[in-house]
Amino acid sequence: MTTTEQNIDQILIPILEQVSDPEIPVLSIMDMGVVRTAVIENNSVKVQITPTYSGCPAMDVIGDDIKAALKVAGYNSEIELILAPAWTTDWITPRGRKALEDYGIAAPLSAEADISVLLEGKRLVKCTNCGSKNTRLVSQFGSTACKAQFQCDDCQEPFDYFKCLK
Amino acid sequence: MKNENLYKYILGIADNSLILGQRLGELTGHGPSLETDIACTNISLDLFGQVRSYYQYAAKIAGDNRTEDDIAMLRKEREYVNVLLVEQPNTDFAYTMARQFLFDVYHFLFLTELQKSKDLTLSAIANKSIKEVSYHLRFSTDWIKRLGDGTEVSHQKMQEAIDGLWTYTDELFHQTEADIAMVSDGIGVDVTKLKEAYYNKVNAVLEESTLQIPESKWFQKGGKKGIHTEHLGYLLSDLQYMQRAYPNMEW
Repeated sequence: MTTTEQNIDQILIPILEQVSDPEIPVLSIMDMGVVRTAVIENNSVKVQITPTYSGCPAMDVIGDDIKAALKVAGYNSEIELILAPAWTTDWITPRGRKALEDYGIAAPLSAEADISVLLEGKRLVKCTNCGSKNTRLVSQFGSTACKAQFQCDDCQEPFDYFKCLK
Repeated sequence: MKNENLYKYILGIADNSLILGQRLGELTGHGPSLETDIACTNISLDLFGQVRSYYQYAAKIAGDNRTEDDIAMLRKEREYVNVLLVEQPNTDFAYTMARQFLFDVYHFLFLTELQKSKDLTLSAIANKSIKEVSYHLRFSTDWIKRLGDGTEVSHQKMQEAIDGLWTYTDELFHQTEADIAMVSDGIGVDVTKLKEAYYNKVNAVLEESTLQIPESKWFQKGGKKGIHTEHLGYLLSDLQYMQRAYPNMEW
């Protein structure tokens, strides 16, 4: 199976949207794009989720949270972790990108721009505090594997940048 | 075991990541700066994540009661088949980054090929991991250049690190029996074919970093057969302590 399509029953969407990424509480797992399948089969929900990064410690918690949310809604569920197709930052929805920015995490740039800010010192990442692009890389790795640390040279705000993963 | 070659083959890939991940994890709270500390431990976390996928698959193939944790924690030194390169200690930051770079170049080339494996689980893991490893490679390459083409002292330390670790590079391209069997089944990667691209890439970065390419023709080997340097035992005693002291413990 290498389809990038999601297969999610409409009726389950509002339930799954209540589950958030424990590292980024403002972002629902649906907007993160980690839920690939959620279908009702014989009164039970079959859910497939895919990790953002291989070592992401949030996946176990996300699995438990989905189970709990579905239980409240009256469904039993089985959670399966799948690796293919591999997650990409392209699967973060526009609403998810906005939630990230509002929370203080700059959303991923294109793959080319990502390399130029992380390796070539280009100033392209928009400060989540003041909107200036006069920002510089502090550390290629941040508080979690998916983020790098930046600082704004106009308002001095330090902030996370969600790295492009393709 | 029905599929013993595949089992051994998976361990041959995964043990490298486990041992290197453990080495990088040793830097938690001990990195030379906060940023490099976080970077090394993030890379460690990526490697451990990849290792879990490999060992879970290996445990399934073994078909008995063993788990991913048993495979990681309860083998003896001679049963680990990682290359000697990854078990070398964190002597100093130049050494740590040189070790990382010499492994990352190989790891990236290897995963590029493993994505084409007929085994769908291995190709999926490779497909997932290579995205992370491309970041590792960029990070370590950057440090080779910064230290190599840096100050007199940083240049000297990086040159010494490269000279010291060079002897462990050739082993990356040695084939085991499991390798040969898996290559002929279309599952494994023929590592002998990666050698040229590896040294081309490594040499290009070293030249750009004003570093000398070592001329030594003497190469160490043994890790892939379970014959390790003295450093692995100490690493394992740390890694396995909890499981050995409190068998079957759970968090």
